[in-house]
Order: sequence, then C-alpha cells, then structure tokens
Amino acid sequence: MAPGDARVLIATDADVVAARQKGREIASARGFSATDQTLIATAISEVARNIVTYAGTGRIDVSPIDDHGRAGILVIASDEGPGIPDTALAMRDGYSTANSLGLGLPGAKRLMDEFEIVSTVGGGTTVTMRKWVR
Amino acid sequence: MTVPILKQGDVLIASIQAALSDRDLAALRDELADRVGRLRIRGVVVDVTALDVLDSFASRTIRGIAYITKLRGADTVVVGIQPEVAFAMVQLGLTLDGVTTALDLEEGLEALRSLRSRTDHLGAR
Repeated sequence: MAPGDARVLIATDADVVAARQKGREIASARGFSATDQTLIATAISEVARNIVTYAGTGRIDVSPIDDHGRAGILVIASDEGPGIPDTALAMRDGYSTANSLGLGLPGAKRLMDEFEIVSTVGGGTTVTMRKWVR
Repeated sequence: MTVPILKQGDVLIASIQAALSDRDLAALRDELADRVGRLRIRGVVVDVTALDVLDSFASRTIRGIAYITKLRGADTVVVGIQPEVAFAMVQLGLTLDGVTTALDLEEGLEALRSLRSRTDHLGAR
C-alpha cells in the first residue's frame, strides 16, 4: 500500500462504521466538499454492509488518486464470498436477496462518479469506485 | 453505543449522540417499541442531528421505528436530518414515506402537538 492508503477489514457492522469514517477522513484531506464527503461515506457504508451481509468478511481499501492534476478518491471493496451470479441483476434498483431494500449497489453507483463490479461465483466480489473533486 | 432516551410526560426523546452501527440502531428500535407500550407514550422524537450518514439500513430502521410506534399508538417525528445527509439520501433513492420530519427538536415537539390535536379531534367526532 502507498502512503495515505488505508485498509479497513470488514467483519461486523461496527467495521462498516469504521470504514465509512476512514473514507470520510481521506475524502476530507483530499479537499472534497462536505456534501461529497457524505456521498462517499454513504457509498462506502453500502458496499461494506454488502460484505457483512453476503460474504461475511472482506476489506475496504481507500486511496487518494490523481488524474492529470485532478484529485480523487479510490475505494475498493473486496471479498472472497459466494459471489454474485448475475451482477447486472444485482445492479437493478430494488433487487435484493437478503431482505434489504436492494438499493445498496445501484445506490452506491449513483453516489460515486465511477463504479465497476467484478464477481465470480465461488470466487468473491470486487467493487471499484472512484470520485473526483469538483 | 446506546442511545439515551429521555421521558418528558408522555413523550420520549431519543437523542442519537454519535455514529451508530446497524445493531445499535436495531436496539434503539426495539427499546422504543417496548417503552411506548410500557410507559403509555403518545409521541416519540428521534433526533438524528449527530448522524453523518443515513444509508439504506439506517433509513429503513428509522422508518421501522415510526411504523412500529404508530401501531403501538404513538406518533414519531424524526428531527435533525443534516442537509448533506438529505442530499445523499435523495441520490441513493431513499425516502421516509409516511414519516413526519422536522428541522430540530423544538419543531419536532410542535409537530407532535399538532399531530396529537388532529388525532384527538378525529377521535372526538
């Protein structure tokens, strides 16, 4: 991990809070507005909860990133859980298998600028999200 | 992290002081549902001013508090949703359908009074 990166191991609902607080801290240091810090923290909360609910354990990595002088934040949520058979379906609003609102993944996507999900059944899930300072 | 619940007459005021885990929020819901019946409560104010994130689970649980207390005979008003939090909730697609909200504690207590007078008025007809 590069300096400034942070990793939060996710296993319980308390870790979900720790992950979003760490994300807000790094977003604040990056110069994100108070509103954007909240959007980032909320997106992290959703993907971290997905780890607890569906995979049991996993991790959230938060890193400061730059693209041609533009400051941003990179969030990677990864687990070695059961995986999602149909990621397109999981990204549809209202879809859920664990009695949640089914807003977690599509909601997190709306809160961030970039969002991609890679999942293998039996191999785990990785969600990669970026947001840029406006 | 337990949430202090203050009783004032037949009103309960739950002031969330810091970030809550899912379990803490669910515990608050269960505690309020219990006390509403046990203490013959008519109104509940949930103050979320200190919450910097209201994600899908938190919104669902708070809505649950309002619905459950309603079925137990008490109105709930949610107060203190921060502007950034409100913005994030809208982006996320979250709503608090059917839940009364107010800006702060004072407005929340006022909202409870007007909800009550409406209920009493309907009951008297």
